Amino acid sequence: MISLSSPTVTVPRKTYLLVWIALLMLLLLNWGLAQLNLGRFNLVATLAIPTAQMFLMIFYLMHVRYNPPLTRVFVAAGFIWFVILIDLTLSDYLTRGDVPGMFRKSWEHGTWPAPVKELPDLPPAPTPKSSSKASQ
Amino acid sequence: MANSATAVAEQFDDMPQQLEAATLGMWTFLATEILFFGALFLAYIVYRHTYPQAFADASRHTKIIHGTINTALLLTSSFTMSLGIHASQRGRNRALLGFLLVTMFLGCCFLAVKGLEYKSDIHEHLVPGRHFPHEMPVQSQIFWFLYWIMTGVHSVHLIAGIGLLAVIAWMAARERFSAHYHNPVIVSGLYWHFVDVIWVWLYALIYLINRH
Repeated sequence: MISLSSPTVTVPRKTYLLVWIALLMLLLLNWGLAQLNLGRFNLVATLAIPTAQMFLMIFYLMHVRYNPPLTRVFVAAGFIWFVILIDLTLSDYLTRGDVPGMFRKSWEHGTWPAPVKELPDLPPAPTPKSSSKASQ
Repeated sequence: MANSATAVAEQFDDMPQQLEAATLGMWTFLATEILFFGALFLAYIVYRHTYPQAFADASRHTKIIHGTINTALLLTSSFTMSLGIHASQRGRNRALLGFLLVTMFLGCCFLAVKGLEYKSDIHEHLVPGRHFPHEMPVQSQIFWFLYWIMTGVHSVHLIAGIGLLAVIAWMAARERFSAHYHNPVIVSGLYWHFVDVIWVWLYALIYLINRH
């Protein structure tokens, strides 16, 4: 029943088997590491292992490795928009409080959690130097 | 076997081109799905960053045994789905039907385990609202809100996937696919694997972070 007229690349069953074993091993590894206290490495492992599993599934099970470039661009675009979504939103949330004075009003009104530590008072604004480059 | 339903549609030159278009269309849909789940993942990241202790406390109450078994079930279902795709590429409709039924069965097992997990979560009042345990931080309700919506929406996707595979299995039983034409099998497989990819992330974010 083997047909050479198949419109797709037929991935060998051995590849699927190896990917499946790798996925289960990574699952066991992720579960095992989560039981241990590894400090900051816990977070790294917990995020790195699903990333590896995702790549295995997308490239081999979902055949992106064998797809033409146009399809790959569409696949990448979906994830790139997701990264933009995360990146631009976090550029707001993660920097709140980094700039003294910004957002202080919203904290006072309780619309966002109070900062962990009180902001230090701003040093007095430096007096502009008399001899600046503009005068030259 | 080459009836009107399995012939190349008139807008395509040949079957590889038709399959490429179908694959591209499915990935376009999946890109919208990435953003659909992406908004929930984003909410998770923002609130986990804002209330790290409350989230750490809450995630220790999740049922890691259920979650781990379910991950293994879904990964295995992706394997059987891939074997089904392999069978369909060789024109073996009977083998395809068998693999699809196993895949659907594993999906149903996932839902059953999930149901047991939900039952014990509800039993422990791990539901945001008036009856949420008072000894837990108030903000950990945000974790449980995200837990219910993310796993719930994922389960809805899985139910849709089982329905989709049921249609494909029915078509396979009627010998509708051949080594020449099996585009619906491949495109449905993409959807099934995608739901699996989402779960792998849910498993890590809900059950594993700050577990120790």
